[in-house]
Amino acid sequence: MNDMTQVSVRDAAYNFAYLDEQTKRMIRRALLKAVAIPGYQVPFGGREMPLPYGWGTGGMQLTAAILGADDVLKVIDQGADDTTNAVSIRRFFARTAGVVTTESTPDATVIQTRHRIPETPLHADQIMVYQVPIPDPLRFIEPSETETRTMHALNDYGVMHVKLYEDIATFGHIATAYAYPVMVDERYVMDPSPIPKFDNPKLDMSPALMLFGAGREKRLYAVPPYTRVTSLDFEDHPFEVQKWEACCAICGSRDAFLDELILDDAGTQSFVCSDTYYCAQRVSQQEQGQ
Amino acid sequence: MYVAVKGGEQAIDNAHRLLAKKRRGDTSVSELRVEQIRQQLPLAVARVMSEGSLYDEELAALAIKQAAGDLVEAIFLLRAYRTTLPRFSPSLPIDTSNMLLSRRLSATFKDVPGGQLLGPTFDYTHRLLDFALLAEGEYPGPQVTPDAALEPCPRVLGLLAQEGLIKNEADHGESIADITRDPLELPASRVERLQALARGDEGFLLALGYSTQRGYGRNHPFAGEIRIGDVEVWIDPPELGFPINLGSIEVTECEMVNQFVGSATELAQFTRGYGLAFGHAERKAMGMALVDRALRAEEYNEEIVSPAQQEEFVLMHCDNVEAAGFVSHLKLPHYVDFQAELELIRKLRKPAEGSKHE
Repeated sequence: MNDMTQVSVRDAAYNFAYLDEQTKRMIRRALLKAVAIPGYQVPFGGREMPLPYGWGTGGMQLTAAILGADDVLKVIDQGADDTTNAVSIRRFFARTAGVVTTESTPDATVIQTRHRIPETPLHADQIMVYQVPIPDPLRFIEPSETETRTMHALNDYGVMHVKLYEDIATFGHIATAYAYPVMVDERYVMDPSPIPKFDNPKLDMSPALMLFGAGREKRLYAVPPYTRVTSLDFEDHPFEVQKWEACCAICGSRDAFLDELILDDAGTQSFVCSDTYYCAQRVSQQEQGQ
Repeated sequence: MYVAVKGGEQAIDNAHRLLAKKRRGDTSVSELRVEQIRQQLPLAVARVMSEGSLYDEELAALAIKQAAGDLVEAIFLLRAYRTTLPRFSPSLPIDTSNMLLSRRLSATFKDVPGGQLLGPTFDYTHRLLDFALLAEGEYPGPQVTPDAALEPCPRVLGLLAQEGLIKNEADHGESIADITRDPLELPASRVERLQALARGDEGFLLALGYSTQRGYGRNHPFAGEIRIGDVEVWIDPPELGFPINLGSIEVTECEMVNQFVGSATELAQFTRGYGLAFGHAERKAMGMALVDRALRAEEYNEEIVSPAQQEEFVLMHCDNVEAAGFVSHLKLPHYVDFQAELELIRKLRKPAEGSKHE
């Protein structure tokens, strides 16, 4: 254990990880189905959680269902361990499950995230849990659930390519910067949750299991380890990720996703890593090197 | 360094202490007791119980106190508690025709068996602020007729049904769905629809019901009957072999009579919309009944053109806990996605290569 981990005592007033065992079992069964059909949205009997819908209730239910007493949990929001909602969710599981929590990416066995995939490569003993607001990538093209379920069933994804084409015709580029649709295992088009498209390549052939939970919409889905995940594109407009001219003002990284800070009234910009653990690691390595 | 959204445990704890202070207000004024809320804000308690889907006046009053009077927040508190409770058994259908009435009216008949009963209502009050309420004092109670006899009050729509004038609603004895345990799949059954509407936001149902009156899915409603009162709740546990009474709850029931359907082979009949809510909740029950009827458009081969008639639109957006959660989540940091958008919009604004000198 290092200074990034914290040991907690479980509040015995609640069942382990808050949800009752029957509910956890129901979610695990749905998860098995999701793993068996990569990218397919499985309806599940989502419960009302003591946090608001839209604040990670789907991810929390999945985490609650898979968490064991020996797990080490990391929670990030925007890539950072210390954003308020990440703190709040981490405290929730520290209190109700008494699990060890950590900020270290390699030490975590379960990582619940909102909007980012860590920069540090994941390994085979890890499970990523994503918080998902709108699980259906077709929703913004076709608002009706009845329609989109049929479209997925029939592999009818023409409209998605039309939308991307219209972007190119209007703007010269595909105008989607996050929640960029992916094709999973050459069958289902999937919303990778609102991660920046910068993170999409990390989903492809990842050794870690990826679970996605949408609490309000009562859907969950999965990408099993070592599954092909390709971002939709065209031969003459290949998928590409964000690039910055600047480097991180703290650790100097040129490979990480950077957040833009505005420092003064004159609008002076500075850029720092969104992944706080990655950034801190690089700084400590640089200090040791000196 | 950037600290705007970096909170940490201390900031969260302190925010909660500030909230507790705001809720308490001036400490020289005595603290509101839960029992006072329960007794003196019964309509707020009723709404929280209905949309929180839990009949418990004390807990609803506690939720209102804890939420500092924010009823949607109180509904959320009650829901989050309810979800942890074990389910013992579904109740037998409540028998509203045997209700102990405190109020009953029918707009479709001048008089009905059992009579009209105005009861406690804001109707016909002149909405003039009653400055006497600024002071505390005694209030004159209602006049009572001590020797009044109980009379049967059959449901008004039942009387119409006897003549075959209104579509009969048959109980097919289907197993009862529970939308709080199983995901709602569309198209939904009427049972699931009514469950969703009963939990639905009063304001949303009111506005949608109103929209049908203004022509967006018009179906010519009459308030066939509104009744408020106490009904007994019974369950029939299989291991006992006989039903047992759990006690009474107060409910508001509204049955709308709507314009007819008929065809070359079927005689014209009125149709109905149904609304039910815990406690004294007329506006909710009426809005629900209007929307229930509008959602039966497909069943009656009506053209579906308006929001109130669109099942998926209504059912996916009527829940205020879901809606409030998703709207409020916009307060969470989104700076990673926004950064991605910034990068994109800057790229889109760059003139295409070669076009600079055009």
